[in-house]
Amino acid sequence: MAKLIGGITTSHIPSIGNAMANKQEQDPYWKRFFDGYEPVKEWLAEKKPDIVIVVYNDHGLNFFLDKAPTFALGCAKTYENADEGWGLPVESHFEGNEEFSWHLAHSLVEQEFDLTTCQEMLVDHGCVVPMDLMYRHLDECPVQVIPLAVNTVIQPLPSANRCLALGKALGKAIASYPEDKKVVVVGTGGLSHQLQGERAGIIDVDYDLACMENIITNPEWLASQSHSEIIEKAGTEGVEVIMWLVMRGALDKTVKTIHKHYHAPVSNTGAGVLILENP
Amino acid sequence: MVWTEKEYHSIPGTYVFDGKRSASAYALNKLLYSLNEEENRAEYHADPAKYADKYGLPDEHKNALINGEFLKVLHLGANIYYMAKLAVPAGLSVQDVGAAFHGKTTEEFLQHLLDQSGFQTEIKDLKGYWNG
Repeated sequence: MAKLIGGITTSHIPSIGNAMANKQEQDPYWKRFFDGYEPVKEWLAEKKPDIVIVVYNDHGLNFFLDKAPTFALGCAKTYENADEGWGLPVESHFEGNEEFSWHLAHSLVEQEFDLTTCQEMLVDHGCVVPMDLMYRHLDECPVQVIPLAVNTVIQPLPSANRCLALGKALGKAIASYPEDKKVVVVGTGGLSHQLQGERAGIIDVDYDLACMENIITNPEWLASQSHSEIIEKAGTEGVEVIMWLVMRGALDKTVKTIHKHYHAPVSNTGAGVLILENP
Repeated sequence: MVWTEKEYHSIPGTYVFDGKRSASAYALNKLLYSLNEEENRAEYHADPAKYADKYGLPDEHKNALINGEFLKVLHLGANIYYMAKLAVPAGLSVQDVGAAFHGKTTEEFLQHLLDQSGFQTEIKDLKGYWNG
């Protein structure tokens, strides 16, 4: 049977991708941020997952406003990256796993999460930057990738509580897959940032750290907040943190904290890293 | 017909992107989305007004866009992720755009980010948050 071995949280902002492309990891501005990923790389090397489910939002590459699914699951053989107008180099494709994706789709819809299935799906920086942070140091990506896109772009977004519930259903879906596969779920985005308006430039370290602590021990704290409450503290784009709840919901109620790291400012954001392990 | 009021409408200096904003600026966002492609970016920069006409932008949207009035473009309903597709390839960073929203210089905005984060003083006292 498939086993969800753990979850990771990470930022996915494009400036990280540019810093990697320009080999700036050791620059004073970036060093402390990238140092926070060394334990992630070590943990992944030790645990050797077969499949990584990346929970992210599309920022206008695969989806435009003509069709904006609340939850969209990649069910493709491979996933291409493409020019998204952010100046990022276009990366080679990721290998998917159609059988596993369709198993997830069936299970999630049976559990009344009526998501959108995608047999062609371009993945943008929201998925690519986290994959690079975890695996760019290797010659070949050693895992299959399943993109799970959450609408955090146009209101109405799914509630934080709904994201936690999706995660719980995702955990059941993974556990019911009959093949022996080790799976990791990655919750991406956040933490506090607001790119837009006269209030641009919000970074709230206290709120970010409260999110990180509560994600570990009490995710209901975040799940019970409205979008307005989250946006007031974390900024308009900080609402992406609801995607961390998908990761957390998939894991067991009690998890082991392997690593936690926080850095700010990273571009316009606070950036948090967690590795949580299922018992 | 009325647009229903939402709680997030009352957050100052903040324009949460929703159906109301999207419906009022669909052509504008569609133009910005088209800038994913290099050849479209080249066509836009060769003649911004002509490109705006091609997408059927109302005059107010067109003028704000081609004059680079970022705050106005945002007020009119542009999505910030789509605005980046215009700004970033043109050599602007999200800090440059943030500074424009504030009417500050980029240096002042960068200092604002540092001041907001409180990172230098707070992070040293954080237990458990690995300090690389």
